[in-house]
Amino acid sequence: MSFYDGLTFFIVLVLGSVPAVVLGFREKRIGNYTLLFSLVLIFIIYRKNPMELFYLLLYLFLVWHLIALYQYSLRRFGKRKAICFHAVLFALLPLIIAKLSGMFGHHWFSFLGISYITFKVLQIILESYDGIIEKSSFTSTVGFLLFFPTLCSGPIDRSRRFETDLGKRWSREEYGGLLQKGIWKILLGILYKFVLSAIAYGFLEKISGRYAPQFLILYAYLYGLYLFFDFAGYSLMAVGTSCIFGICTPDNFNKPFISKDIKEFWDRWHITLSHWLRDFLFSRYVTDAIRKKKFKNRMDAATAGFMVNMVVMGMWHGLTKDYLLYGLYHGILLAVTERYQKKKWYRKVKNKRWYQLLSWFVTMNLAMFGFLIFSGKFLETVKVMLNYF
Amino acid sequence: MEEKLLEILEKICDDEAVREDLEMDLMEEGLMDSIAVVELIVAIEEEFGVALSPTEYEKEDWSTVRKIEKILKEKGVQ
Repeated sequence: MSFYDGLTFFIVLVLGSVPAVVLGFREKRIGNYTLLFSLVLIFIIYRKNPMELFYLLLYLFLVWHLIALYQYSLRRFGKRKAICFHAVLFALLPLIIAKLSGMFGHHWFSFLGISYITFKVLQIILESYDGIIEKSSFTSTVGFLLFFPTLCSGPIDRSRRFETDLGKRWSREEYGGLLQKGIWKILLGILYKFVLSAIAYGFLEKISGRYAPQFLILYAYLYGLYLFFDFAGYSLMAVGTSCIFGICTPDNFNKPFISKDIKEFWDRWHITLSHWLRDFLFSRYVTDAIRKKKFKNRMDAATAGFMVNMVVMGMWHGLTKDYLLYGLYHGILLAVTERYQKKKWYRKVKNKRWYQLLSWFVTMNLAMFGFLIFSGKFLETVKVMLNYF
Repeated sequence: MEEKLLEILEKICDDEAVREDLEMDLMEEGLMDSIAVVELIVAIEEEFGVALSPTEYEKEDWSTVRKIEKILKEKGVQ
């Protein structure tokens, strides 16, 4: 059994939801039950991979102590950059070990969902440094990190937001609304992931061995659609399931294909990841760069910020050439967009209808080309062509 | 404080329009984006000596001149 896959999972999910729905309608807190059910489900799902379960529990044990010790050090010694740096490093270490060992065919410290859980932990550490979080509670932190609907593939929620929901008693009307929304999202997610994404994938397989330009364009579009329906469908199911358990997990996709520029695209595609990176990497990197006057002007600082941000985004997906190139590509696109949008010409035309249409068309194709890189097809084609000549 | 804040915003947004309507949504009007927010954080720190964190407030809490003023007042800026 795995998350959101196969009939068994959905039967277990429906059965497990019953107590949550009863609690919800009786205006009781659902939080403790959610934590209990998360633990049961994690045990069932990770059971066939005892090593992964072991690593997950070990990770949890280590990061809880890291968070508690770091927050203690903040209270005791105040805000120190060096300590924060080490806390971040320790939180990242298991992920780095997992990804590096993966390159050599090992699975040290690797478990399903490690990339997502690491980002959640980093959020707690960095917001503790900022002074927004003073002292995390053990149960709600574990509940946040192990919350089963989003454990293995997001959306990446934020601890403070999550904890408010976890402790909430929803009124009957509020919970009714949540439940309705949750069921609707799950059904829509099932349609996306198991029907539409499967259809796109079927077409994709038919043309996977063709490298003529028209097939590559078709491949890019089909892959983009496949990826969208697959991941947006998954995210919808995760958000919908969260609703049933009284947690308003943020949405991950918001009609990405209507974006009129690449900046807007990243506000609509894998939103919780890109906003996480914006808040915890981009803005901190650029703030630091501007403060220390590392660059000649703010535009150079922003350019460097975009490059660092998107390359890390690529690496987060996996340490392969395709993902690195994907990150680099989007970093360049964002930096160029930023420069371009400061031009007087852009301000003059940006609200004109013809310009918006053109801008949408260009953005859509740039995004699709990005998916061609992401899919691995781009470098594969380059390789095939190099062999041919 | 208001005048100083407006000067900062005018410089960051590169547009005098920020002065016209203090209730105007700077994000929706395209005057502010994520880089502008970062610059604002640095400028506020330099000008008023108040450290703000990028995740302390929601995007909507930042979106107008009046709202930024409110945040600064909460932080004890006169």
